[in-house]
Amino acid sequence: QFLGGLGFVMVEKGTSLLKMMEISVAEAEKRTGKNAVNMQETYTVYLIETRPVDAASEGTNPVPDSLWRRYSEFELLRNYLLVTYPFSVVPPLPEKRAEFVWHKLSADNMDPDFVERRRVGLENFLLRVASHPDLSSDKIFYSFLTEENGWKETVFETGFQAKADSRLKALNATFRVKNPDKRFAEMKHYGDELQSVISQLLRVRARAADRLYGVYKVHGNYGRVFSEWSAIEKEMGDGLQSAGHHMDAYAASVDDILEEEEHYADQLKEYLFYADALRAVCRKHELTQYELEMAAQDLTSKKQQREELATGTIRTFSLKGMTSKLFGQETPEQREAKVKMLETQIEEGEELVKERNTECEEFVKSAWVDIERFKEQKDHDLREALISYAIMQISMCKKGIQVWNNAKECFSKM
Amino acid sequence: MSGFVVDSTVSSGNSSVAIPTDISGQILDLDEDDDLEVFSKDTTVTDGSSFNASMQTSPASMINQYKFEEDAEDTKDIFVTVDNPESHVTAIETYITYRVVTKTTRSEFDSSEFEVRRRYQDFLWLKGRLEEAHPTLIVHPLPEKFVVKGMVERFNEDFIETRRRALHRFLNKIAEHPIFSSSEDFKIFLTAAPGELTSYKKQGPGFLSRMGETVKAVAAAVRGVRNRPQEFTEMQEYVEAFSQKISSLDKVTQRIVREQKEYLEELKECGPTYALWSQSEEELAEPLKDVAGCVDRCCKETEEQVKNLNDNLIPVLHEYALCTDTLKAVLRRRDNIQADFEAKTEALATKKADRDTESKVLSLAWDSLVGRSPEEVKQQKQQKLKGEIKEMRDDLDKAEDRLEWANNALKSDWTRWQKDMRTDLRSAFVDTAERNVNYYEKCLAVWESFLHSQRTDAEGNGNVDFS
Repeated sequence: QFLGGLGFVMVEKGTSLLKMMEISVAEAEKRTGKNAVNMQETYTVYLIETRPVDAASEGTNPVPDSLWRRYSEFELLRNYLLVTYPFSVVPPLPEKRAEFVWHKLSADNMDPDFVERRRVGLENFLLRVASHPDLSSDKIFYSFLTEENGWKETVFETGFQAKADSRLKALNATFRVKNPDKRFAEMKHYGDELQSVISQLLRVRARAADRLYGVYKVHGNYGRVFSEWSAIEKEMGDGLQSAGHHMDAYAASVDDILEEEEHYADQLKEYLFYADALRAVCRKHELTQYELEMAAQDLTSKKQQREELATGTIRTFSLKGMTSKLFGQETPEQREAKVKMLETQIEEGEELVKERNTECEEFVKSAWVDIERFKEQKDHDLREALISYAIMQISMCKKGIQVWNNAKECFSKM
Repeated sequence: MSGFVVDSTVSSGNSSVAIPTDISGQILDLDEDDDLEVFSKDTTVTDGSSFNASMQTSPASMINQYKFEEDAEDTKDIFVTVDNPESHVTAIETYITYRVVTKTTRSEFDSSEFEVRRRYQDFLWLKGRLEEAHPTLIVHPLPEKFVVKGMVERFNEDFIETRRRALHRFLNKIAEHPIFSSSEDFKIFLTAAPGELTSYKKQGPGFLSRMGETVKAVAAAVRGVRNRPQEFTEMQEYVEAFSQKISSLDKVTQRIVREQKEYLEELKECGPTYALWSQSEEELAEPLKDVAGCVDRCCKETEEQVKNLNDNLIPVLHEYALCTDTLKAVLRRRDNIQADFEAKTEALATKKADRDTESKVLSLAWDSLVGRSPEEVKQQKQQKLKGEIKEMRDDLDKAEDRLEWANNALKSDWTRWQKDMRTDLRSAFVDTAERNVNYYEKCLAVWESFLHSQRTDAEGNGNVDFS
């Protein structure tokens, strides 16, 4: 059962965490303090409030539990989740720096509008995590919401950083993997396309917003000139003066219009960043598949070596083989020892391949479940976004009709 | 295509059609007899024989003229259109002619329908003739000869169309004007065959007499007016202020058009981006394609809207900006007529003073040398002065008449012009507002139909709550 509430977040009521508590990012505040290199810096902190669900429905309104977190702590949480749940499409954070801005919108991180939009984005992130079937039950996530002090240490203690795959390793796998699951390859490609097209849309939209702003604002000049002109006219004066006021109103209306459009842009941005998370899952699949392939390859070559030793034929080139040819055959005892070693390695190798195979299969299974879930969520959310965009356009048109009808009336009294 | 940006300080005046109009009074002298004839006739009918017969020199007859005007609105008896521009190439030049069609029930026209071709020069000529004949009446401006900035080719389609519309409005304003519409020049313009028009244009005061008048005109202008009546000073102040406002409105509107065009450029990229996106999607493909379609339709509407502003509001504002130059010229000419009158008044007073002093002074020395008796000399001088004074008084009377007539003409036409201005600008702005409402209504319909289609889809699939 999906509910359309809580802004544009699709919340799955069935998950354990949201059954228990309401979560919100209620406020943002500026703080100053000393950073790692002992220099003064200004940063913003966000107030996370949690409250047991039952309390609200009982009619009493207990004070929520709350704590302050800064953006870097959210990032830490997310990195932890990325490493710990590599098969999940982990919800993205709102952007660190303002991008795709049109000129009137500030690109300054300290700008109150930016901070506000970020606050909403962070709340959205928490709600998404809390409604995720796998992520919502994570203990670190829970303590992020409830334990202000010592949370950072707790995260580091999990040793998640050690588990993180190096970028090099991942890149290597991408290039060398032989048989990745087709569906994942397609998903990765889709992720690329999604990122590209949403970036383009955001850029175009920002430029159009800039221009639209100009159109509306120039009409403000009509207001000024009509007012001045009305001063020198007798009969025309009143009509001109009041028409001028409507022109001013028209010019002013663009600020609200564009602010609403920013919400739409934020919805698009979320999925722009989601595309990245999607690709991360696909890359992880490539890595696990590659590691399986490597283990299998290693096993095969060891088996071959054993066979060669057993039959005395050398089919594969090996330095040992060459040197023994040159310097004479090994003693039967030496050969026995080697065979024994190989046998052990083969046994181990087979275990490893089994393990990795299972890993791979499980990964594919879990990941694909989450990808399907993500697909449905994306289709729903983006459709909602398009609908809200249409609603915005309608509202803008209605305002325009009203203003110009009013102006028309005033003009006809000129 | 870049918009035409016009420097509104470029004078649209017909300075090339030479005669400065403040000497028209002198020309009037030739037609004294006709004044009486015209006075006794029905003032809306002109005497075809004299090309200055439309000249009303008596203020009283002017009043008759304007009383009639109020009824004239319901009984429009002449319709003029300008259309069908055609290019003509000769060995020397290339130029455009426009077809001028006249339909009328007026009896002074030989037929009820006329069709002629005229070029811009011909319009300039007509305007010049009207201004000459009526220095203190307000002639509607012609479109500029050429645009100062941003123009590459004179025969650009948009330029020709804009000019055609302006020429059409010009002729219609003339036709609606109580005095201009009965001008012989106007009639000839509307009806004469090309050869006829050329030879008709060649008539008129010769070059030398024109030169003489020009010198007098410059002298009057330099002298300046001393006792301008308050109402004309107020008019001048109004014209100054109005000129600024209308020019600002012209600029603001042109700026809006520019911004709209740039907005349109960006918006044109949005639709295709949504369409591109839809290609990567399955469930979302439909809604994305629909949104792309909506954005594209809104683009078309925006294009329409820009075109409307360009074709309707801007030309009207522009014409009234040009009008202010005409108004300033008219006020100047009136001032010159008054200056002329003041100068003549002064000259007469001086002459009279001379006469009075002459009777006391006896220039004995020279006269005795010449051998005439002092009495004789005195007589001769007195006679001479008397003659000069009579001439000057007659001159002065004419100048006074001219001034009175000029002032009344201006006052009446000023009222008419203000009324016209109000009507024209009001309807231009009402029209613009209406078109804007229309624009938003069309865009509204586009998005509402999208919403509707999404709702029916969703309700069909049973998964989205729209409340």
